[in-house]
Amino acid sequence: MLPQNKGVLTVAPVDKLTIQRGATGEVKITAQLQTGFHVNSNTPSEEYLIPLKLTWAKEPLQAEQVTYPKPQSEKYDFSPTPLSVFSGTFDIVTRFKAPAEARNGPAIMNGKLRYQACNNKECLPPRTIDIPVTLEIQ
Amino acid sequence: MVLPKLIPAAAGAVALGGFLLWTACSNIPEAGFGPRSVKAAVKPENERKSAPEFALKDSNGQTVHLADYKGKVVLLDFWATWCGPCKIEIPWFIEFEQQFKDRGFAVLGVSMDEDGWDAVKPYMDDLKINYRILLGNEQVSDIYGGVESLPTTLLIDRQGKIASIHIGLSQGKEEFRNDIDRLLGSSSSASSRALTSVAAAK
Repeated sequence: MLPQNKGVLTVAPVDKLTIQRGATGEVKITAQLQTGFHVNSNTPSEEYLIPLKLTWAKEPLQAEQVTYPKPQSEKYDFSPTPLSVFSGTFDIVTRFKAPAEARNGPAIMNGKLRYQACNNKECLPPRTIDIPVTLEIQ
Repeated sequence: MVLPKLIPAAAGAVALGGFLLWTACSNIPEAGFGPRSVKAAVKPENERKSAPEFALKDSNGQTVHLADYKGKVVLLDFWATWCGPCKIEIPWFIEFEQQFKDRGFAVLGVSMDEDGWDAVKPYMDDLKINYRILLGNEQVSDIYGGVESLPTTLLIDRQGKIASIHIGLSQGKEEFRNDIDRLLGSSSSASSRALTSVAAAK
């Protein structure tokens, strides 16, 4: 609905994951927010706030667990109570499992990172970043 | 939670272009990123530009045109339920609606929530919003130069012209109140002057 902003959150290129069929492996997503901005954590302190959320396609790997960093509790001009947020640079780690029947060879695992950023005075519309992870399934 | 619509790159470029043109033409500070609160002072009447016309639905399904409010001072607030700074200003606007409505003033809140009335109506009830809420869309955002930061609040004079623009959480509600009072008062003064002139001519 609102125009897509230039984006105050950037994601560093993700390392290639080499994984054996039937085995598990981890992928780390490193996100960096522009100074002065924050995003709501994956567990916002207020119901009306949009959480940061990393989701993955159903194949070729199975996302078993997504681990977010410990949120910070920060006070802003617009909130009477501290909010649960991420700011600066932070990592999100996903543990994947390669199904035993997965096809050998190169593949892409597609993820989406949805966030909504604010600073002390204004908020930007929610945004979703595509996160493709290069795989080598063996 | 509904994922946001993916806007094609071309549409994004048009929106950005429109916003840059808008900022260039109307003295809105360029959309930089960083903590800020931008408040344009009430412009002299001869420097004001017409507020773009729109037709949006209110919470009762009624179509509302900005032109319906010509003759009134309008506070047009672009907001969303997920916007914390907007939540601070809404109680001010409730107060202004109450205080000034009998002097020819109205607040119009344009919600930019993607989830539509499902998100907005409960929020209106929670905050006991006493003014008209409209559901915004991409088109209205574009004609207002690509509203990106919320809250963005415009004060529109009785002639339908933009008197001031506030981007981000305002410094305080007294600034808004003074600006509204000034716009209501200046128009009353102008009307009084006109009436006096007519009376004198007779």
